[in-house]
Amino acid sequence: MSPRFEAWSTLLAFMRKELRHLVRDRQTFVILLCLPLAQLLLFGYAVRTDVNEIRIAIAASAADPAATSLRAQFANSDRFILLPSIPNAAAAERLFRSQQTDVVVVLGPRTDSRTVGVTPPSLLIITDASDPNTSTTMANYAQAVVRDWQALRSDVSGRVAIDVRARMRYNPTLRSVNLFVPGLIALILTLVTSLMTALSLSREKERGTMELLLVSPLRPWQIIVGKVIPYLGLALVNVVSVLLAARFVFLVPFAGSYWLLMGASVLFALVSLALGVLIAALTSSQLAATLAALGGTLLPSTMLSGLIFPIASMPEPLQWVTTIVPARWFVEIIRGVMLQGTGVDVVWRDLLILSVMLVVLLVAAIRRTSVRLA
Amino acid sequence: MTMPPETSVVGDHPSTLAIRAQALSRVFGAFTAVDAISFDVGQGEVFGFLGANGAGKTTAIRMLTGLLAPSSGAATVAGFDIRHDAARVRERIGYMSQRFSLYDDLTVHENIRLYGGIYGLTDEQIASREKDLLSRLAFTSSASLRVGALPLGWKQKLAFSVALLHSPSIVFLDEPTGGVDPVTRRQFWELIYQAAADGTTVFVTTHYLDEAEYCDRVSIMVDGHISALGTPASLKAEFAADDLDEVFVRLARGATKS
Repeated sequence: MSPRFEAWSTLLAFMRKELRHLVRDRQTFVILLCLPLAQLLLFGYAVRTDVNEIRIAIAASAADPAATSLRAQFANSDRFILLPSIPNAAAAERLFRSQQTDVVVVLGPRTDSRTVGVTPPSLLIITDASDPNTSTTMANYAQAVVRDWQALRSDVSGRVAIDVRARMRYNPTLRSVNLFVPGLIALILTLVTSLMTALSLSREKERGTMELLLVSPLRPWQIIVGKVIPYLGLALVNVVSVLLAARFVFLVPFAGSYWLLMGASVLFALVSLALGVLIAALTSSQLAATLAALGGTLLPSTMLSGLIFPIASMPEPLQWVTTIVPARWFVEIIRGVMLQGTGVDVVWRDLLILSVMLVVLLVAAIRRTSVRLA
Repeated sequence: MTMPPETSVVGDHPSTLAIRAQALSRVFGAFTAVDAISFDVGQGEVFGFLGANGAGKTTAIRMLTGLLAPSSGAATVAGFDIRHDAARVRERIGYMSQRFSLYDDLTVHENIRLYGGIYGLTDEQIASREKDLLSRLAFTSSASLRVGALPLGWKQKLAFSVALLHSPSIVFLDEPTGGVDPVTRRQFWELIYQAAADGTTVFVTTHYLDEAEYCDRVSIMVDGHISALGTPASLKAEFAADDLDEVFVRLARGATKS
């Protein structure tokens, strides 16, 4: 038997055992297979920042013709639910307190056509800012409707108004699902890969089976590759199921190449797996490994990847920290490829960074395992 | 590159050396766990490695099995240097730790296949050795049971047999009979004798001094040193004791670390 063949058959024996562990624990296996999909379905619906069914009331004097056209403008928008008009701003207070409305537009006395341009039109948008993010979003929507309304009125009145238009490219309907689904894929991959490898390796340490492996002719790279490959397979099944759900349940557009997306996912999964192995090598109990995997991978992947909070708005030192979070680069790739149809010519830098991370983590993990149990 | 087996000059034990330790030491910070121990173990010998808890037995065993690098000194195991030829040493030794270390969630058959595979045995070799092993242990009907479901005594016997699956020239047993009932201990020692009769060197640590009487030679570690080394009979004579228990207690009482 040639040494090369022997190395592979040894590795194969080890991987077969790893796969058995995985399948044998039926509960965990089912959870691992179904959890990502369940998470996507759940969070895909829950985690979105676009707001619909905004209740709006218009405060204006009944006789104001501007109020009638503004009402019509809001009634035509499908984001808003128009409430009966109220006489004045004081009534708005009551509506807010009783939580009957989300937005109130107060129309000043001098907004009808005759006075446009003479006196600055006064129009006040009041929102409930107890939830600041939602409130800002709602105010923006309301402003957009008001802008449209003004433009329309200046046309009627023959005056030229500055026509401000923003065009939202690549996500024209501003659907937050399009933004979150790619990010969720990153999170789900992190969870399955880092946590599971970290756990399975530290379990061997805790139970003492690791000693037997280290006393055997198995080489550290064989132990690590044997641990990583089965979980890589599992992660790939998850990626495919999550991508299918993204495409067909959430109708997220797929502008770019499926192959690039899969390739990037494999690379990212490998980075997370290597991180899991390293965590297991550095910790001495399953509990410590779990905590380290959660704190060291899952949280940064959520908070520092640009998935929820834009990296550009973080303080600069923190922006530097995000560069060592693998998910940051993966989120960049996956959003680009899915939404913008970005190709390798653009994401090669992110791919390169992830590859470098993979090599560094693997070398560190193998080194740590080579120290044996010193 | 196979080194010629070293030959011992000391008279009363077999001439081919399985283990030779020379001033082997391990220091953890300011604590010297193993302090320049030197001893030889002959091929096919059953060598009892005794000592109180904390005397340095486990550290010594870990160095000899390549789990721990020595701080100084040297040792050869199965003719190969533990520092420079660790890979060759690993192929030639079997190991059974004090913690039960087969996989509970795998069946008897799967555990056997795993270790056979790791040690590079062919499928045919694994199949025939598994058959022998199961019939020797009268486990044939249990091959498809999960190891976790077996009684402790069975597990230990299985772990020992699995450690011998690749026909190592030396097997290291670290407190193999801890927590096992007297009948099973007896059966376990029968397995040890059988392995020794087949030419395997058995290096065993134990806290049961009646077991130590079964060994060809015994060493007793105190505070990182080997305080006594010889056949059970010669040790008893040397310390004018009735049994090894008395020898052990007399030596251990002088210890400072335990």
